Amino acid sequence: MDALLLQFINGLDKGSAYALIALGLTLIFGTLGVVNFAHGALFMLGAFCAVTFSKILSIAQITIDPTKTDFLGNPLKVKTPYIEVWFGDFGTALLDWSVPLSIAMAIPVMILIGITMERGLIKHFYNRPHADQILVTFGLAIVIQEIIKAFFGANPIPQAAPQAFFGSMDIGVMIGFAQDTIIYPYWRLIYFAFSVSIIAGVFAFLRFTTFGMVVRAGMADRETVGLLGINIDRRFTIMFGVAAAVAGLAGVMYTPINPPNYQMGMDFLVLSFVVVVVGGMGSLPGAVLAGFLLGVLESFASMPEIKNFFAGVGLPAIDQIIIYLVAVIVLLVRPRGLLGKAGIMED
Amino acid sequence: MAKYNDKRTLLIFAIIVLLAPVLLAPTGAAYPDLMQRFAIYGIFAIGFNILFGLTGYLSFGHAAFLGVGSYAAVWMFKLLTMNIIPALILAVVMAGIFSLIIGYISLRRSGIYFSILTLAFAQMSYNMAYSVLTPLTNGETGLQLRLDDPRILDAAPPEGTLPSTNFFGLEMKEVFWNPTFLGYELQFNYGFYVSALLLILSFYIAMRIFRSPFGMMLRAIKTNQTRLNYTGISSRPYTLAAFVISGMFAGLAGGLLATMDPLAGAERMQWTVGGEVVLMVVLGGLGTLTGPILGAVFIKYLENILSKINEVVLQGWFAFLPGWTEGFVVAIVYPFVGKGWHLTLGALFMIVVIFLPGGLVDGSKRIGKLFRRIAKREA
Repeated sequence: MDALLLQFINGLDKGSAYALIALGLTLIFGTLGVVNFAHGALFMLGAFCAVTFSKILSIAQITIDPTKTDFLGNPLKVKTPYIEVWFGDFGTALLDWSVPLSIAMAIPVMILIGITMERGLIKHFYNRPHADQILVTFGLAIVIQEIIKAFFGANPIPQAAPQAFFGSMDIGVMIGFAQDTIIYPYWRLIYFAFSVSIIAGVFAFLRFTTFGMVVRAGMADRETVGLLGINIDRRFTIMFGVAAAVAGLAGVMYTPINPPNYQMGMDFLVLSFVVVVVGGMGSLPGAVLAGFLLGVLESFASMPEIKNFFAGVGLPAIDQIIIYLVAVIVLLVRPRGLLGKAGIMED
Repeated sequence: MAKYNDKRTLLIFAIIVLLAPVLLAPTGAAYPDLMQRFAIYGIFAIGFNILFGLTGYLSFGHAAFLGVGSYAAVWMFKLLTMNIIPALILAVVMAGIFSLIIGYISLRRSGIYFSILTLAFAQMSYNMAYSVLTPLTNGETGLQLRLDDPRILDAAPPEGTLPSTNFFGLEMKEVFWNPTFLGYELQFNYGFYVSALLLILSFYIAMRIFRSPFGMMLRAIKTNQTRLNYTGISSRPYTLAAFVISGMFAGLAGGLLATMDPLAGAERMQWTVGGEVVLMVVLGGLGTLTGPILGAVFIKYLENILSKINEVVLQGWFAFLPGWTEGFVVAIVYPFVGKGWHLTLGALFMIVVIFLPGGLVDGSKRIGKLFRRIAKREA
C-alpha cells in the first residue's frame, strides 16, 4: 500500500509538467485551431528564463583579497555578486530564491514571445492545411532550440531550488505509515502545488471573467462572436500569450528538478502531444486529467512488481513504452480521447 | 492532361546520377562517402514522398523503418554473408512487415492523429531498441560486426580482421578508378554505384506509381477523401499500400546505410531522423518526382559544407571588410555555421514552408516562368 502511494505521488510532479504543457497546447488548439509543434520550445524557453535571471543576479564584481593566495601563489580573486554588495543579506536571499523569483520575469517575457509568435507567424497559417501548420511550427521549434544552443551551449545548466526547500518531507508518518516509507522532496511538492494553482487559475480565468466568457464563446462559435462585434482575434492572440506563459512557467519551476538543456522541449513535446490526444483534442479538462494520469501511470509502470508481471506476459520494459501503448490503445478504442467531443480534427 | 516525357526524364536523371562523381567535383562534394549518402537519403525521401506527397498523410515515424532496415542488414552480415544482396532483401522485407503492422494500426486515424500515432510508434521503437530489445540491437553500443560471428556462407577472413561488405566480391569501399580530370581528382567506387543504381531504380518505381491508376487514387485521397469514400471506395487499402511501400523504401535506405558501414544504432530510429526526411521532402518539393532527391542532396550537402566552417574560415572570408565590421559580420554569421548549422536548416525550412510551399522545384519553375515572361516582353 505505501509503495503504491509512493509511486502515485512520484508520478505527480512529472504529471504536473505534462498537464501544464498539454493545457497550453489545448488552449492554442481550442482557440486558434493550430497544432503548435513549437510548444515544447516554449517550455524550454521558460526554463532558460530562469537560467538568464539567475545569471543576471549573479553578475559579480571581482575584488582581490590580499591576505590570501590561490594555489599558484597569485593574490586570490574573490567574486561577489553585485546584488550582495548592494543589499547585503537580502541580496544573498534574492540569489537563493532566484528560481521562484524568475517567474516575475518569465510571465511578461513569455506572454510577449507568445503574442509575437502568433502575430508574426502563426496568424498567416490559419487558412493553410494542418500539415503546413505542423511543418512551420516544427521549423520554428528547431530555430528556437538552436538559438538557445548558440547562447547557452549544449550542456545542461543546473539550477538550485531555494535552500529552504532542500531535503524531503516524510509524508508517510503524517498519514500513519512507518517512518521513511513515503518521502517526497519538498521542491516536487511545491511544483505540484504550483501547477495545480496555475491550472485552477486558468480555469477560473476562463470561467469567471468576462474575458474568459468571450473566449469560451469564441471557442464554441468563432464566427457568431465575431458578428456580434467583438474583436475575437485579439482575445485569441492574448490567449496564445497566456498559453505560452503557462508552458514557460512549467519550464521555470521544472529547472531544479531537471537541469535545463536545449533539447528538453522536444522530449516533452512528444509526450505532451500524446497527453493531448489521450485527453481529447480541444478539451481542457481532458488535457489536465490525461497529463496527471499518464504521469502517474508511468510511475506505476516503473515498479519492479509491475515490470515483472508485464515481462511475464511478454511485454518487458513496460515503463519505457507505457505512455505510447496507452495512447495507441486509447486512439484505437476511443478515437476522440477520454473527454474529447466527437468530430474534432477527424479529417 | 499534361504530356509527360518520362523516358527522357529517366534518361537524364540516370545520366546525372551516374556521372555524379564528375559533375560534383567542382562543388567539393565528390567523395564517395558523401555521394553515397546523397543517394541513400534520396531513396529514403522518394519513398516518403509516395506517402506524404501523394496521400497527404504526414508520418513522423519513418525513422523506425530506417532503423529496422539497418538492424536487419547488419544481422544478415553477422549470420549469413557479407554479400549485400541478402542483407538488402531482408532489410526491405523486415521494414515492409513492420510498416504493415504500424500502418495497419495508425491508418485507422487520419490527419493530426495519424501524425501523432506514427510519432508515438517511432518513439516506442526507439525506446525498445534501447532497452528491451538489447539482445537484438545491442542497446547503446549499437549492433556491430564481431570476429566470432558465424557468417556461414563466407570463407573465414584472415585472422583478427573484420571482413568488409561486398557485392559478389566487389568491395563496397573500394575505389576502382581514380583518374584526374580537369585538375580534379575523381574517385569512382563500387559502393556509390550500387546505391546509385538502386536510386535510379527507386526513381523509376516512383515514376511508375505517380503515373499509374494507383497513384491517381492516392492523389484523390489527398484531394478529398470524404468524396472518395462517398463514391463507394474504401481508401484504407490504398493508404496502407502507400505506407508499406514508403516503409520498404526506408528499409532499403537503412540497409544501404549499413552496407556503407556495417553498424546499426538506435539513434537512427529517433523521431528527429523522421523529422529530417520530412524536411527533405518539403524543402525539395512535395509531391514532385525530383523534389525529394533534390531536397535530400541539398540538406546533406548543406550539412557537410556548413558543419565544417569554423571561426577561422569565416575570418578568412570576411577579411576584406574594414576594422570592426569584420568582427561584427563574423559574430552574426557564426551561429549559423559549424555546430549551429541546424539553425540555418530550421530557418531555411521555415522560409520554404512560408513563402514557397511547393519547395525548390516549384521555386525553380517560378523563376523559369519569370525569365520566359521577360524574354517574351523583349521579343
